[in-house]
Order: sequence, then C-alpha cells, then structure tokens
Amino acid sequence: MVYDAGHYDTIVVGAGHAGVEAGLAAARMGAKTLMLSLNLDMVAFMPCNPSIGGPAKGIVVREIDALGGEMAKTIDKAYIQMRMLNTGKGPAVQALRAQADKPIYIKEMKQTLENQKNLTLRQGMVDDLIIEDGVCKGVITETGAAYRAETVIITTGTFMRGKVLMGDLEYESGPNNQRPSIKLSENLEKLGIELVRFKTGTPPRVNSHTIDYSKTEIQPGDDKPQGFSYETTEFIMDQIPCWLTYTNEFTHQIINDNLGLSAMYSGAKRGTGPRYCPSIEDKIVRFNDKPRHQVFLEPEGRDTEEVYVQGLSTSLPESVQHEIIRSVPGLENAEMMRPGYAIEYDAVVPTQLWPTLELKNIPGLFTAGQINGTSGYEEAAAQGIMAGINAAAKVLGKEPVILDRSQGYIGVLIDDLVTKGTKEPYRLLTSRAEYRLLLRHDNADLRLTDIGYELGLISEERYQRFQMKKQLVEEEKERLRKITIKPTPEVQTMLEGAGATPLREPMKAYDLLKRPELNYELIDQVIESNTEIPTDVKEQIDIQVKYEGYIKKANEQVERMKKMEDKKIPDDIDYDAISGLATEARQKLKLVRPLSVGQASRISGVNPADVSILLVYIEQGRIAKIAN
Amino acid sequence: MFETDTITAISTPIGEGAISIVRLSGANAIEITSKIYKGKNLAEVDSHTIHYGKIIDPATNDVAEEVMVTVMRGPKTFTREDVVEINCHGGLVSVNRVLEIVLSQGARLAEPGEFTKRAFLNGRIDLSQAEAVMDLIRAKTDKAMNVALKQMDGRLSSLIKKYRQSLLETVAHVEVNIDYPEYDDVEEMSHEMMRQKTKEVHAEIEELLSVAKQGKILREGIATAIIGRPNVGKSSLLNALVQESKAIVTDIPGTTRDIIEEYVNVRGIPLRLVDTAGIRETEDIVERIGVERSRQALKEADLILFVLNYNEELNEEDLRLFEAIQGLEYIVIINKTDLEQKLDLEKVKELVGDKRIVTTSLLMEEGIAELEGAIADSFFAGEIDSGDLTYVSNARHIQLLNQSKKALEDAMDSLEMGMPLDIVQIDVTRTWEFLGEIIGDTASDSLIDQLFSQFCLGK
Repeated sequence: MVYDAGHYDTIVVGAGHAGVEAGLAAARMGAKTLMLSLNLDMVAFMPCNPSIGGPAKGIVVREIDALGGEMAKTIDKAYIQMRMLNTGKGPAVQALRAQADKPIYIKEMKQTLENQKNLTLRQGMVDDLIIEDGVCKGVITETGAAYRAETVIITTGTFMRGKVLMGDLEYESGPNNQRPSIKLSENLEKLGIELVRFKTGTPPRVNSHTIDYSKTEIQPGDDKPQGFSYETTEFIMDQIPCWLTYTNEFTHQIINDNLGLSAMYSGAKRGTGPRYCPSIEDKIVRFNDKPRHQVFLEPEGRDTEEVYVQGLSTSLPESVQHEIIRSVPGLENAEMMRPGYAIEYDAVVPTQLWPTLELKNIPGLFTAGQINGTSGYEEAAAQGIMAGINAAAKVLGKEPVILDRSQGYIGVLIDDLVTKGTKEPYRLLTSRAEYRLLLRHDNADLRLTDIGYELGLISEERYQRFQMKKQLVEEEKERLRKITIKPTPEVQTMLEGAGATPLREPMKAYDLLKRPELNYELIDQVIESNTEIPTDVKEQIDIQVKYEGYIKKANEQVERMKKMEDKKIPDDIDYDAISGLATEARQKLKLVRPLSVGQASRISGVNPADVSILLVYIEQGRIAKIAN
Repeated sequence: MFETDTITAISTPIGEGAISIVRLSGANAIEITSKIYKGKNLAEVDSHTIHYGKIIDPATNDVAEEVMVTVMRGPKTFTREDVVEINCHGGLVSVNRVLEIVLSQGARLAEPGEFTKRAFLNGRIDLSQAEAVMDLIRAKTDKAMNVALKQMDGRLSSLIKKYRQSLLETVAHVEVNIDYPEYDDVEEMSHEMMRQKTKEVHAEIEELLSVAKQGKILREGIATAIIGRPNVGKSSLLNALVQESKAIVTDIPGTTRDIIEEYVNVRGIPLRLVDTAGIRETEDIVERIGVERSRQALKEADLILFVLNYNEELNEEDLRLFEAIQGLEYIVIINKTDLEQKLDLEKVKELVGDKRIVTTSLLMEEGIAELEGAIADSFFAGEIDSGDLTYVSNARHIQLLNQSKKALEDAMDSLEMGMPLDIVQIDVTRTWEFLGEIIGDTASDSLIDQLFSQFCLGK
C-alpha cells in the first residue's frame, strides 16, 4: 500500500561509504536530505578489509577532507594503527593508511549522521523510483512509503541482485548476509539503464586467541602521531599491531587439489572480478611458480577477537577453507569465525553518467560508489561526496562541481569512469594519475579547500587557518629567497653532517634547499630562525622548493590539457552530421557524450584526426551562430 | 592539437621541384627562424618581404643551407598567424636538414592538414569550406598514416616495441613498489637498476638516430653508383631513370653550389646517384687504383648498378669489377639486348650468384620497368645493407625519437641529482609514450595490464 511519506530536496539510497558522504554533503549545503538504509546498525560498514587509505586511496581520503567530507575525521577517531607508506620514496607517492576499528567507525559515523542538521536517517528498502516525464522525482520503499525529491542518489554498493558464492553454495544476499536489493535492480533495468555483472570477494576471519603469533612477523604502526584530517588535533597513540605470515607449498597443494570446487573455478559463467585483489585461487593459478604468498593478520577492532586474514580471499567450500587456514604457520590451530566468500552484484555501466554522476538519460538521478563499478571504501566515499554536492547544487540552483584530472585523484577517478568505463571493478592506483606530482597527500588542502569553503562545507574557522598556512608558506619561501648563506665553518659542518658537498660560494638559502640531501630543518640551523613556522608549513616548503622544476613541468602539461578542457562541446551536437569522423569514434562519442574536446580526446577509439575534425566542426557551429 | 604553438612542415611536394619550402606558422615562427638564420634581423624586416641568407645548424655552427626567407606577419597570412617560408634548394637533403633544424628549435611538426585547420579556426576560410577542411584532415591523415606505415621498416617497429616493453617492465616495477609497498616478492627497484635501463635504451635510440643521420636512409636517398666499362650504356641508364621518374638535377641557377647531386625517384624510392671516386667517368678504375681501393670507394654506395654489354664478351675489366663488388649490394644490368649476344650468360650467372640480373635494351626502352622493380624489391625486401641497418625515414619518427632521447636524458639527470624513482619515472613514462606514438600505440591501459600480469598483487 503506497502512501505519501514526505518531500525532500535530496534522497540518498544506501548508507555505506558513498551514501554517508553524499547525505552529509547535501545536508551541509542546505538541501533537506533523507537517507535510507537497509539496516541502521550497518551505517558505514566495512564488509571487507579493516583499513582505510594506502597509496592513492590515502590521498583521496585527504581530498575528501579538504572538500569537507567525513571519512578522514571518522577514521582519525577509529583507528587501531596508523602508518605512513612509501616514506623512502618521493613526496608524491607517500600516503597514510589506517587499520580501522570497524565497530567504532560505524558508531562514530552513525552519530555524525544523527546529529547532522537537514539530514533524516531512516531504515528502509527502496524498491522503485518515481519517474515523471523521464525525470526522477523520488523513491518508493517496500513498505509503500513514497518519498518525493528533486534529486535521488543511489549508493547501493554490492547489494543489487547480490549473490554470495562459496563452493557450490550460492544464495541471494548482500555482503555479510544482509538482504540483497532485488527489485531496485530490475526497475533500473526497466528504465533502460545498462547494468554489468561484477564480483569481488573477502577472506575468512579467525579468532585471535587461536593464533600463534610467535610464528609470524609483527607489523607495528608508526610512532609519529599523524592523521588524515586537517582538523584532527588529537591522535590515538595506543596502537595495535598487525602480523605477517605466508602460505606454503601445502597450502598451494590443498588449493590445487580442490580448485574445481571453487565457485569461481567451477566453470559456471561468473561476473568479472578485479585483478588487483585476486582470490588465493587466482594467485595460485596465475602465478604457479611462486612458492609462497603473503598473509596479513589484521585485527578488526579493539573490542573484538576477530582477525581478518588478508591474502586468503576465496570462494572455496568452507571445509577447504579450514584446511587452507591450518596449513599457514601461526594458524595451525586457528578457529575460523566466518568463512570467506565471493559476491556477485549488478553495477551501472558508468559511461551512462555525466561527470557530475547524474545519469544522462534520467535527470535527477545520481549513482555513486561501488554501484558505478568501483571497489574500495575510499573510491566510494569520493564519488559519494561529489554526487551529494552535485545533487544538492542542482536543487539549490548552484553550478555543478566537476574536478579535473589535475585537481585530485577524485577527478581522475570520475573522469576515468565516465569517459572510459571499466571492465573490472575499478581501483585507484597512483599510475592512473598523469599529474601525480601535483596530486600529493601533503597538498590536498591547498588543492581543494577553496572549493569546499565555497560550497559551505568548510567552517569559517578552518578556512582562516588554511589561509594562514598558505600565506606562511609563500612568505617563508620569499624570505629564503632573500637570505644568503655564506661558506662559514658552521655551514660547512652542517653540510658535511648531511652528506652534502661543501659550499664554495655564497648561495641563497632557497637554492641551497634544492639539494636532495638537505631540508628546511637543516637550513634553519644556519640562518636566523623563524620560530613561527609549524611542521606542515616546513614540509610544504621543502617539497615545493625541492621539486620546483618538476612541478613547473607538470603545471605546463596541465595548462595544455586545460586548453582542450575549455573547448566545450555543445550538448545538442549531432555526431552523425559530422562526415569526417571515423565510425568507431562516432559511436564512442555518441555513447559518452563528452562535455569538452579534452574529454573527447581521452576516449579510446577517438584519435587525433577525429579530435581535429571535432574542433573544426564546433568552430563551424560557433561561426554559424555569430552569422545568425 | 594546441592552437598556439608553432607548427612546421615541408610545404612543397618532395623531390619534385627546383625549390623546396619549409613553412612555419604560429606565434614563434619568426623568433624560431631568427635563431637559425644568418642575414637580416627578421624581427625588424617589413611584412611580406623576402630575404637572402644562410641557415646555421646551432648544434655545429655549420652553414646548413643557403636560403631565401619570406616573412609574413599575421593576420594577413594563410593561417592568420605569423608565417615564415624558408625556400631551400630542391631535392630531399637540404630541405630535410632545414626542417630538422627548425624542429630542434621548438617548432612542432604539423599534423596532416593542420595549416588548413588553423586557417579555418582563425577565420581565414569561410564556413562553406568547413566540410572540405574536415575531409582534408581525414584524407591527409589516412594518407600520412599509410605512408608512415609503409615507410616504417618492420625491423624498426619491432625494435621500438622491444624498447617499449623493456621500459614498461621497468615502469611497472617502480609502480608496483609504489602502489603495493608491502609486496615483498620483487626487490625494490634501485637507482642503479634504473640507471642501467635508461642508459641502455638511450644508447639504442642514439644508435637509431645516428643511422638516420648517416644518410643511409630513405629521406636522403639510397646512394647509388652506376659502374661498368665504357660504352656499355651507363649514361643511357642514367637518362632512362631520370626520364622515367621526372627527376630533377638540383642545380639552381644563380646559386654557388658546386657539387651537384642527382636524384631519381624510382617507384617512390629516391636514389642519390653518386659518382664514386670517379668510377663512372674513368676508364678501368680498378686497374688504375687496385681492387681493394676500388672496393673502399664503392662501399660508399648503398646500391651498385653494374652494367654489362650483351654484345661483348666478358673481359678482364669486367672481372676486376666483379671482384671489387663482391659482398656489396648490386644489381647486374645486361644492356643492349637489341644487338647480337656475345656475352656468356652462364658465366655471368655463376659470377653473380644470388644477386639480381636484369636484361635491358635502353635504346629500345625495354627492360626498364623490370629494372625499377628489381631496385624497389631490393629496397623493400630490406636487402640493401641489411646487416645492421634500420631505416628511420619519416621526419615525424625522427622527431619522436629525438623527444624520447631528450626525455631519457631528463630521467638520467634526475637520477644524477638523486631524485626519488617515482620522479625519475615520470620521464621514463614519457619516453615510453613518445615511442608509442611512432608505432601508433597510445593505449594508456598497457601499464596497468603490465602491472597485473607481471606481479601477483594482493594488499
């Protein structure tokens, strides 16, 4: 029995990592927002690995924070361990990773949602959309509640027609035995939305009391206090280690003997899984010469004994999983608490979306997160905040926000999805970014805080602090340009200590800082100290000065890219009318409907000649308009 | 693709005119020309004026060419941008050299149809012609691609693929260290490993470029010597080739050039006819200077056309010539088949072995097509100097190789400065992309595919 359940500006379907960011961003921008979740105890639930961040992903978390999102702040309150990765490498690829306390993360995030003004949190299963004249106008739940809204964001993750697979057992289910979303998927298909079948998997969990840690290697967190959010000031210093062990030939023998029993190897046609997160079966089949594979033991929280067995993702029958676990050193007597499984689900083919994450063919309807063919909490959250911003902007009559590839990994992620699509669950990698040196974790605030502030997602107080930091960096760089360092004994001693060649002639402090062996702290010892400079400013100066030449080169590339991004393609363009286009290019252009010539040039199958022809055609239209 | 940079190309048909023109268009056209031009200050000359001067190769400070330079300032030009036209001698060598120098000074090789495209985008061509512009871009692109593909030696593309794969594996190695820092299966890529790899590929690319410069390449023509006893028909052969190909003897009246090189165009292959040590002119050169020295002289040629007389028996001089060209690339032409056979064909076949023999009557204009076929075959089958030579013939390819080399040098500089590998890798990836453009492979997903096929990745 359908009843009128109320009217909102924006409705968010789902409260996973994409949903919570979408709902919070929309509500904070001033849109009256409803968030519907299947199970309010599972808000921002982590169904797979208990960690957030890592290369590329960690930078995304900081970008979300700079835009005023919640993931960074929440994990900063809910980690059991924090590590900076790639510290031995360049600044562009360093990234934080936290081991999360899953229950705490849920608790913190739920509280944030409950306390958010303009946001209504409600339990419910959405079965259908209200579509009027081709425009999305709301949702209908299984209980008959019809909620009307100007914009709807679907963030249903892996729930759509989810199917759990383990050996020959298979049943319709969302992750962790939650109810799957069946009707919504069917109804999206009826609306003409193209879906694709993907799969992913998760490893078994074991009881910590039954692990012999003496046979494993400890993996502690960093001693240095650090966090994701630019607002975090208190850091959790009581950290819990992870542990490392390995599979061996016995493990591999068990897997080989039982390969036919694996749901993914039994011969049935299955969804496409990600290459970067292979099951243990995949690893052994594809890399059969490897004598061992790493297995990380990661606690799922402080107040639980469940340990995530990273590296043993599998869809083998439960009985075989017991055997596999017990073949691994340290896990000989381990008690499995939950078996691993593979899960298949429906995803929306993302080339159907505008870069705002709104569906091209159904105005008012947005999708974000794993439903768009990505994987990973961070990728989901990134899309969530952008969809939330754009859905709210649409309601509030504001300009849409589209980040380009030089502004953030978020821009890279969304541009890749909507321009190229994806054939497997998409994960961000640093190598997907062509301007990696510009997209660093240390400068996410410098890149995006202005945008967050403009949208009203960054507090006045935080913005003032940010402005101050920016100013300090510039002023201090200017000061270093003016200070001359002479080859005094004091200076030579400092240089020698740092393993740098001695100074022959006087040099500007700024130029001396460019030497790879030196940093701000060392230079600071031999010049008049500026006591007002905080650590993050010093770090910023170090990086900006040291890599100045490379950054400049990258910026020049960005300028060239931007010229093509600025060439907008009119939305009424008729690609069939452009005779010179190659057939493949024409088809792809009609499908993707790029907003700019720059975006068009990134579509595979659109070659430089097609781009030239497109430019000429657009210009022709422009001239024609002037003539009229 | 970016409308503000300065583009350049040879704007006259290759090898078909007495004058060849290198055209530049764009904001820096005059500045770039000024850097390599000795003569009047081009920045100050009036628009639409022409000036005599010399093009200097900045790398060597040598005079590369005597030229007439036309300076035309926008907007009253074809493209509405500043345009410079450098008028060079005809033939391939000089114009290519000038183009290379211009490219080295910051101009970009124009895309097919790009001058016309700019003319249109800058409003020079009216709306009704837009359709034609698009067709032109399409047609020229397709043609250029076909030509480039045809010109590209199969060996060149397999070499490029080899270098790319090797760079790709290196880059994937760096990437795996970055994206999977805890992955313990491969040793961490070291600066030393990276240094070796960049050095290795850099040396290979230099080798390719130096071969390209040695003149052993298509764009400069195949150095071809015509030899044989007096009165066997060498001059007739030359005339026949010249006539067939409408080739031009590249002397321009009024210039001071004293060495005249002659080009003939045989089925699209330029032959540069060289008079090796006067062999063509002098009687019995071998007897005069000895077999060994004759061989040395003949070695300068990529291809030898050895003419025999059908109407005469083999004599000592013929045999000495045979001896001198053993192991070199040659085609035997038996001429004067309109006359009575006196030549011992069996003996000739024995001497020739697996090289080609063509019979002609140049007088009756017979056998010329067969000869051209034989020349073309020997080139396209890669028989000419096939030992260790790879032909890089396309100016675009050369420019891309130069860009690859430069990018590798940037990477090597970064290594020297002790920059982290993920910074060094930026330029290595660029090298890989430039090389990809040569063989038309610009798919950006290769790296990620490589990553997952090379390494077994988890966390």
